[in-house]
Amino acid sequence: MNYLKLKSTFENYLFILPAVVIFAIFYIIPFIWVFQLSVFEWDGISPLKTAIGLANFKEVITGDPIWWQSMLNAGYITIIALTFQNAVAFFLALACDREIRFKNWFRVIFFIPPVLSEVVVGLVWQWILDGNFGLLNGWLTKIGLAHLAKYWLSDPATALNTVAIIHCWKGFGWGFLIFLAGLQGIPRELYEAARVDGANAFYCFKNITIPLMIPVIVLVGILTILGTMQAFVLIMAMTGGGPAYHTQVPVLRIYASMQGASRFGYACAQSLIFGVILITISFIQYRFSGKQSR
Amino acid sequence: MVAMGTRGMIGESTKHTFSLKSFLIYLLMAFSSFFLPGCGSNSSEVNNTNVSKPTILVWHWMTDRQAPLAELAKRYEEKTGIKIKFELYAPSDAYSQKVRAAAQGNNLPDIFGILAEKRDFAAFIKAGHIADLTPNMNAENGKWKNYFFAKALAGNEFNEGNTYGVSAGIYGVPIDVTTIQMLYNKDLFRELGLDPQKPPATFDEFLAIGDKLKAKNMQGLVSGWGEMWMIDCLANNYAFNIMGKDKVLATLRGEVPYTDPDWVKVLSLFKKMQDSGVLANGLVTMINKTAEQLFANGKAVFAFNGSWCVNVYKGMNPNLNYGVMLPPRASDKYPMSIWGGAGTSFMVNDRSPRKEEAIKFLQWFTEKDQQVFFAEKTNNLPANKESIKNIPEILAQFSDDIEYATHPNTWGVSEFPPVIEALDKGIQSIIIGEKSPEQVSQDVQKIKERELAKKKAK
Amino acid sequence: MKSAAYYTAKKITFNTFVYLFLISVALSCIFPLLWMLSSSLKTQETIFQDMSLIPRELHFENYMRAWTEGGFGRCFLNSIFYTTSVVFGIVIVSSLAAYAFSRFKFPGKNLIFYIFMGAMMIPIPGSFVALYVLLNKLHLRDTPVGYILCMINVGLSTSIFLLKTFFDKLPHELEDAARIDGCSKWGIWRHVALPLARPVLAVVIVFNTLNVWNEYFLALLIFDSPRLMPLQLGLMKLQGEFVTQYPLLMSGLTITALPIVLLYLLMQKYIVKGVTQGAVVG
Repeated sequence: MNYLKLKSTFENYLFILPAVVIFAIFYIIPFIWVFQLSVFEWDGISPLKTAIGLANFKEVITGDPIWWQSMLNAGYITIIALTFQNAVAFFLALACDREIRFKNWFRVIFFIPPVLSEVVVGLVWQWILDGNFGLLNGWLTKIGLAHLAKYWLSDPATALNTVAIIHCWKGFGWGFLIFLAGLQGIPRELYEAARVDGANAFYCFKNITIPLMIPVIVLVGILTILGTMQAFVLIMAMTGGGPAYHTQVPVLRIYASMQGASRFGYACAQSLIFGVILITISFIQYRFSGKQSR
Repeated sequence: MVAMGTRGMIGESTKHTFSLKSFLIYLLMAFSSFFLPGCGSNSSEVNNTNVSKPTILVWHWMTDRQAPLAELAKRYEEKTGIKIKFELYAPSDAYSQKVRAAAQGNNLPDIFGILAEKRDFAAFIKAGHIADLTPNMNAENGKWKNYFFAKALAGNEFNEGNTYGVSAGIYGVPIDVTTIQMLYNKDLFRELGLDPQKPPATFDEFLAIGDKLKAKNMQGLVSGWGEMWMIDCLANNYAFNIMGKDKVLATLRGEVPYTDPDWVKVLSLFKKMQDSGVLANGLVTMINKTAEQLFANGKAVFAFNGSWCVNVYKGMNPNLNYGVMLPPRASDKYPMSIWGGAGTSFMVNDRSPRKEEAIKFLQWFTEKDQQVFFAEKTNNLPANKESIKNIPEILAQFSDDIEYATHPNTWGVSEFPPVIEALDKGIQSIIIGEKSPEQVSQDVQKIKERELAKKKAK
Repeated sequence: MKSAAYYTAKKITFNTFVYLFLISVALSCIFPLLWMLSSSLKTQETIFQDMSLIPRELHFENYMRAWTEGGFGRCFLNSIFYTTSVVFGIVIVSSLAAYAFSRFKFPGKNLIFYIFMGAMMIPIPGSFVALYVLLNKLHLRDTPVGYILCMINVGLSTSIFLLKTFFDKLPHELEDAARIDGCSKWGIWRHVALPLARPVLAVVIVFNTLNVWNEYFLALLIFDSPRLMPLQLGLMKLQGEFVTQYPLLMSGLTITALPIVLLYLLMQKYIVKGVTQGAVVG
């Protein structure tokens, strides 16, 4: 009996072994290196590294207001993505889960933005949003709302919101897809039984769909936080983090420290602090929603 | 093939398998087709060193120049029997990281470009990755050295007593020259009632065009000011014009503060440009490729761009009728300056066993004939001064002003990156009206003092 | 009667709004695609002058030129090879681990799971130098195996997280039944858990395929030989450092997007037709 139990536990470990081995070699080893480097001053080239203790961390925390502003910007975009983007994605997934017309078409179309290259997305949106020749301002003028026309990407008042909206547009397809997969897991019988009992659509939604979807909502929430906090390619292509620091985000700062200023140690310290913040936020969300689902 | 595989199988259960089997079969096939030839060619590459005629490996990032480079390599092989392999790695950001990583593993090729500021260039030299070419340059009374424009060579030179701690010498070979200047659209000039032969020479003349632009609802200056270095470039041009080179360099050394009235004056120029309406709307977040698009299609009157743009505009709009001008001077005290010098340089790997052959190839590569060919094919300015007579007119306009050219890489002292960033971002803030020139000069000085203190602490 | 008419009217208005919303979102998604397609048929001179979606002349030769100038032939095969290997690897490795995290009990389970989750959160852009030196020491630099292993690692954490969430949702009855029938743990994973998780496996496959298919930085870092480079590096050639050949780039991007669209169409079916637990039990 004891032998069998031991064998069973051993077998359990075998399941995670391949993942752990790959992870240990290709993640943990570089991670330890980054961790060591964060207490050094290093330009990324010379064989010489100078140990400076926790000075890098101290500088990130107390002497780098732009870093924290970029964090706030990313946080702002994340809040918009968590609420607006995911609400839209959830609604669309619900719609496409029902027996609506052309639903197969919609399912394909909604996944176009994630497939499109950032280059195309950047070019198209710049064309739409251009202050002088852009489509959006053209339409606004046509329907008599010329006073709303703006230099969407270079006006500090609108730049961050514009970037956030484009980011949400590019990313909602993922939420849509995962929600859709999640909705497949809800047995149809549950709805049928409720309907026989005379429950309306809203009741079903509130008492069947939502509770059963909580784990998936948490999952999408965490993936949204990660994806949005770490976003930078599209922002780089649209505004370069400008005007001034209005659309600056943490990953762009990390790259600026590494490539622009050749401060590898500092970039590593920034990465670690960023990671700790992300873990904290995600953990809070995981725990918080985990309790709710119970 | 995958689909047929699953359809061929019968039974419900196989459909559940996610076509796992066909996946596996495919994978095996792909693997076998991959590794068998793969191993063979790998070993032959390693053995290359033993062959009497070596292959010289060159890494670069210049996507638009791979074809002429390959052509020149062919010619060299025909002439000498030495094979030159140009390997292209783009985009340039990733390329420059690849070079750094390769340096860590001592895997650098025989010849490479580094795409870095002087500070990082120095770090590569000090780490022993880059060969000192001074003896070769000076051999035969400086024959090789005399090929080049002095300005082109200067970026690759370290002078006696430089602040980087590199022993004096020449460490790179310029293969082309770039200058960054102001351009204007001659057709739009006529539309505005301006003389296309007389671009504005003074800053006030330039500002006066703002009203005409507004009246005709046209856009003025476009440039890649969303990418910061192009703002930095124009600001530096005007700093040289207003306070002279010595004072600018004194500022970099920390002897003159950024709060000096002359620097405030430089910053105020950007406010004046914005207020007068000569800047295109949306300029602060514009990337250079967008700026090039707009100027090429006649949607902007002025552009601030590098000489590579000749090739870009030619592709987008061959009929674009434009001229080259110096940025209009804001002061008569000192000459106007522009950034210019080596556009691209190649370095020789000091650890390479084929170092001598690599140097010989670069000597041949920068001879007059090859440089003319290269400049013609790529629409860039050649680094060899003998070749400059044989280039198209619009390019010649760029080269005419090379006497005004300067570049941070030739100054012998670098500004701290955070200070440069604060200056450039500060100018963006001035243009969007968030900060005054005075405020920005104070912000920049604060960061300068912080960096100086940090340096002293070391 | 009146109330029935009222409900019908209400339903129609509601549906109208739903469709209006669906259609406007759909239009915003299609528009860039159409723009990309139409731009791919224009010339460098007309692409930013003639902004209409229907080009006056159709330059289909752009596709041929993009294919040759980007060196797509070899790159395309490479990319297909890397993507299938990585995705296959991730599906196997992550589903095994996720299944264990979801179903089994063993010491250190939660700790290991949380470490995987933590890895998802910490972006380490600086780690590429370490990765490079590591691969160099393992003699895996400039080899497909090195690249594939690195990319498997990149997608691992997220895939485990996705799969575990869905495994947790699955009912245990079927697995219990299989166990009583004498099925081993491996058999249950393979024949019960994986088929049931098909909708989420489809998501994992699409997610990782897109990730690997679009990756270029690690590839550029790890590979020296041009013959090993993936598709994205061909695209980078078209994108150009100074001169961007926009129509060729758009043609190249269209070619690149096609396999992904096909894969999505294929996978999408698994999400739609996903067998609900009830049906399987029945």
